[in-house]
Amino acid sequence: MIELLASHYTYVLVFVLLGLGIYMTIASENLVKKLIGVSLFQTAIFLFFISMAYIEGGSAPIVPHAENPGELMVASPLPQVIVLTAIVVGIALTAVGLALVIRIYAEYGTLREDTLREVRADE
Amino acid sequence: MSSAELLLPLLIAAPLLAATLPIVLGLWTDRTGWPIAAVTTTGLFGAAVALASAVYTGTDAAPITHELGGYPRTYGIQLVADQFSILIALLVTAVATGVLVYTRQGGPRGNTFYTAYLLLTGGLLGITLTGDVFNLFVFLEITSIATYALVASGDGPESAVAALKYLILGTMAASMYLIGVAFLLMATGTLNMIELATAIPAAERPTLIRAGFGFIAVGFATKVAQWPLHTWQPSAYQQAPDGVTPLIAALVSTASAYAFGRLIVTVFGVDYLTTMPNAATIVLTIGCVSVLAGTALAVIQTEVKRMLAYSSVSQFGLVIAAYGVVIAGSSETAFIGAAIHLIGHGLLKAGLFLGAALVARSYGARTVDEYAGLAKARPVVAGAMAVLLLSLVGVPPGVGFVGKWYIALGAVQSELWPVAAVIFLSTMLTLAYAARLLEKMYFTPPAALDWPRTTEPVATDGGDTTVSIGMLAIVVIAAVGAVALGFAGGTIAGLLEPFLMEVFN
Repeated sequence: MIELLASHYTYVLVFVLLGLGIYMTIASENLVKKLIGVSLFQTAIFLFFISMAYIEGGSAPIVPHAENPGELMVASPLPQVIVLTAIVVGIALTAVGLALVIRIYAEYGTLREDTLREVRADE
Repeated sequence: MSSAELLLPLLIAAPLLAATLPIVLGLWTDRTGWPIAAVTTTGLFGAAVALASAVYTGTDAAPITHELGGYPRTYGIQLVADQFSILIALLVTAVATGVLVYTRQGGPRGNTFYTAYLLLTGGLLGITLTGDVFNLFVFLEITSIATYALVASGDGPESAVAALKYLILGTMAASMYLIGVAFLLMATGTLNMIELATAIPAAERPTLIRAGFGFIAVGFATKVAQWPLHTWQPSAYQQAPDGVTPLIAALVSTASAYAFGRLIVTVFGVDYLTTMPNAATIVLTIGCVSVLAGTALAVIQTEVKRMLAYSSVSQFGLVIAAYGVVIAGSSETAFIGAAIHLIGHGLLKAGLFLGAALVARSYGARTVDEYAGLAKARPVVAGAMAVLLLSLVGVPPGVGFVGKWYIALGAVQSELWPVAAVIFLSTMLTLAYAARLLEKMYFTPPAALDWPRTTEPVATDGGDTTVSIGMLAIVVIAAVGAVALGFAGGTIAGLLEPFLMEVFN
């Protein structure tokens, strides 16, 4: 068990971060903090992909003109490419989310979900 | 390289590229959005029909595939048009073209709206045609971002709140799916659907596959709006502009449900999932509970759009339950039912929401009570909506009947009696809310309400309450199509036959 933790501690950290992100999204009343929670959740997934691709002693997957290419130890490039794409998607989502938050703030004058609920109930 | 093969990347790239045109031309004039969208979607529909005829009349019944950039599918991205995916592509392009007939006069207007519209169409076609599980995630997100923007383009401030709620839940759902993909990649080292189909049963650590399936199931249950993860859906459908709701309601969840079905039958494989502990039970339970909860919630709604939204929860519950039957009983019949119900429900909801938009525009009615006397004042819309509602309930020969019939038949053949019971019960409950609306439209005189509405309709779109012939025609076409598809049930089953042979061998 200890050995597993010592060799796979990144996975544990990643899933703690994942939990933090979900908790923040659910528990925080502040809309901006909710979006931060969503971002945190996504970042944890990116880290999961990265740590999955890592191999002990491997280098970055930039392949030089090696003498014997078969013996080159590199991290798997596929998950890294995936993460690059997913980061772009995540940025787009955060931008749209923040734009919506700005509009909500302009209309209701609050960023807190509980206040928002009261304001909407009054209307 | 055949010409049909080139249609595959074109179907996805054309709408995405055309989406930039309204913004660029918007610098010059603000009236270019609609023509560009109309030309693009009509062209896409033509391309989808051409591709469909190539797929269905192909001699060897093999799917048409295209490797993007010429990279082999082991690490490249492959686009696939087979008998199942092309059905959904036809639905997407047909509905996207049809809804434009409404938005020409009914709004929302403006070039940016049509940019989001085309982005949404491109994303949906991407979900339909991709053969790569990570690429599927990207298209899911393109679709979602376009949908958030479209929902938020509603008039009131409420639409921003609904869109933000949708954004948070939708992003979580897509992220859950991405975690599932991560587990699959970890266990097999590939992302291509065909490669995964052989790699998954051979995987050394089945726990990873099981965890992956769990995350994917939760992700899609949210995307398809299954109870209790449906909370984003009713407010999003209700607050979206009237011209947008038909498109979103007919296509967005349908594409996600299609993707889930594709993952079940092609990627994981029915045989593999049958042996996976609890997989069938979980999928069946999600579906059946959503059927019952969705209908029960629909019955108590007062807003027509909201009622139809909850009805979607239950109708998609039927599709998910059908997937459960497919897993539990390896039932081809249930799968045919799920495919027909996806198409049928998409068409019915497009028609019903277009009808609701038309009524709100010309008659000022948004709640069930306000629909009183509609049949006298607006006989054509009322008639078309009545046909669509009855078809949704499952009265033959409507398309709703055919889908439910195949699903129920599959459940009975697999001896899953509780599922069969839920399907029959849901039909009764669907009748409960459909009958409420029908009764108001046909048998309650408008005088029962205190305020005179017909003289002064509540304008939702800048006081413009005119209804063009085209807007009326598109609702009638949807109603006629719903009945016509009802007769085509056997044909669709025949078209799917080669695909079923492939996955249920």
